[in-house]
Amino acid sequence: MSGKKSLWSDLHKSLFEKNSLILTVGVLVTVSIGGIVEIAPLFYLDSTIEEVDGMRPYTPLEQLGRDIYLREGCYNCHSQMIRPLRDEVERYGHYSLAAESMYDHPFQWGSKRTGPDVARVGGRYSDEWHRDHMRRPQSVVPESVMPAYPFLETSELDFGNVAAHLRALRTVGVPYSDEMVAAAVSDVETQLDPYAEDYDGFQERYPGAVMRDFDGNPDRVTELDALIAYLQVLGTMVDFSTYEAEADENLR
Amino acid sequence: MSEHDKKRETDAHTGTETTGHEWDGIKELDTPLPRWWLYIFYACCAWAVVYWIFMPAWPALPGLAGETDHTRGLRNHSERANVAMALDALDAQRADGFAALAGSSITEIENDPELLGFVLAAGEAVYGDNCATCHGVGAQGFVGYPNLNDDVWLWGGSYDDIRTTLTVGIRSEHPDTRFSQMPAYGRDQLLSRAEIGDVTDYVLSLSGTSADVGAIQRGATVFEVQCASCHMADGTGDRAQGAPNLTDRDWLYGGSREQVMATIHRGPYGVMPAWESRLDEATIDALAAYVFLLGGGEDATAGPTGQ
Repeated sequence: MSGKKSLWSDLHKSLFEKNSLILTVGVLVTVSIGGIVEIAPLFYLDSTIEEVDGMRPYTPLEQLGRDIYLREGCYNCHSQMIRPLRDEVERYGHYSLAAESMYDHPFQWGSKRTGPDVARVGGRYSDEWHRDHMRRPQSVVPESVMPAYPFLETSELDFGNVAAHLRALRTVGVPYSDEMVAAAVSDVETQLDPYAEDYDGFQERYPGAVMRDFDGNPDRVTELDALIAYLQVLGTMVDFSTYEAEADENLR
Repeated sequence: MSEHDKKRETDAHTGTETTGHEWDGIKELDTPLPRWWLYIFYACCAWAVVYWIFMPAWPALPGLAGETDHTRGLRNHSERANVAMALDALDAQRADGFAALAGSSITEIENDPELLGFVLAAGEAVYGDNCATCHGVGAQGFVGYPNLNDDVWLWGGSYDDIRTTLTVGIRSEHPDTRFSQMPAYGRDQLLSRAEIGDVTDYVLSLSGTSADVGAIQRGATVFEVQCASCHMADGTGDRAQGAPNLTDRDWLYGGSREQVMATIHRGPYGVMPAWESRLDEATIDALAAYVFLLGGGEDATAGPTGQ
């Protein structure tokens, strides 16, 4: 061992330590190896993004609901990632695709589940169930350890600045159009009214978005409206009856 | 060995060689890496090479690695293919049970202990994953979420009725969903508060609760005009529109005077999701049979018509 080491330390001392130019070149070569390993994969980023039909950015109301989800720390107990494992698929439904979190900033993946995974909770329960559950989880699931969030249905939703919010998301890559940003504030109320004047325009901007009054109180726009709107869209955007899981490009 | 190396001296205190560097009398020790660390490091390097060869690891230009844009590795590993295989294996295990279940009536299921065991096991698992959240782990229900153990059915309790309800849901987004809507008599100001009080007394009197005779009489008139078209003139309800029987003592939204008044005031709009898109037909069969067998199913001899 000491022979090899001496050879290297020889070279080191006679060449690198005595010629600053060679030392500089050596440093550059070493650093660029590290740099290439980190940067080169970025050139392949496009090839890692799975393109899936049906994904659309969140509506302003859903996005605000997502903020409440984060604010209340729901992610501390609920993950949003169904892993490709038999038992998870049996319980929760189709495993999550990376594409389903493509407009999530930040994503809500995870494996810590004090409560169940909510990646596909959308449409699974009625709005009324969500209302009862938020008011007092034990009223519908007696064994639940989830805290109650009764204040959500009495808190007015603060959505005056939602347009700025969408613009901020646009800078990190969520494809909100100028039209979406311009209509953001009114879209919050439009989504809560299935008979809204701008029904068609809204559906064009956010195809398939569910439009109804989520908190059971049509007179007010509450935080509960936003949160339920968000929960009811989770995992529902991709139509798995047409998604070809077995297709070669989707097997990964 | 160079001149330089011959000059390497050993530090007397630690017994370790020095590098030969010296700054103002301070010499640098040349302590070798611990052997165990070094060997693990080499093993990791070797493992990385093995991993590259066997597992999908390298991105490639499209076309170079077949249809995909990364190397597949010798193992051709895919988590997604694995889970698809695991699910197929599960389906194969269950195939016999589901084949026996298809087209069987409840009586036939009950007479075949093996099939009965299969239905109960399959139904219980699916119920626990999907239904218990609203209807309760014991299917006992909650206020607003029907008890499935009793023989009270809003939309019918035959095997077929239950299957249909599971498939299309109630007031769900399914195009053929079961649908009806009770007006919000109070909120939409269709009835005055006094009228709601009277009709509440009348409705409660149908199941034997006594109240002021005058109120019951006034309530009966309101009932005939507003309620009888769905709940029937005698209050026994109509399953075709999911209108509950008001003459029994089972109350979905609570049977106290306050609760019944509140129900008439707001007009309940209970929603059950449609399960057609989440559960396959065979699973819905098993689940419907399980719910039937919880205790309250009706007409066990009728086989499923398959809608």
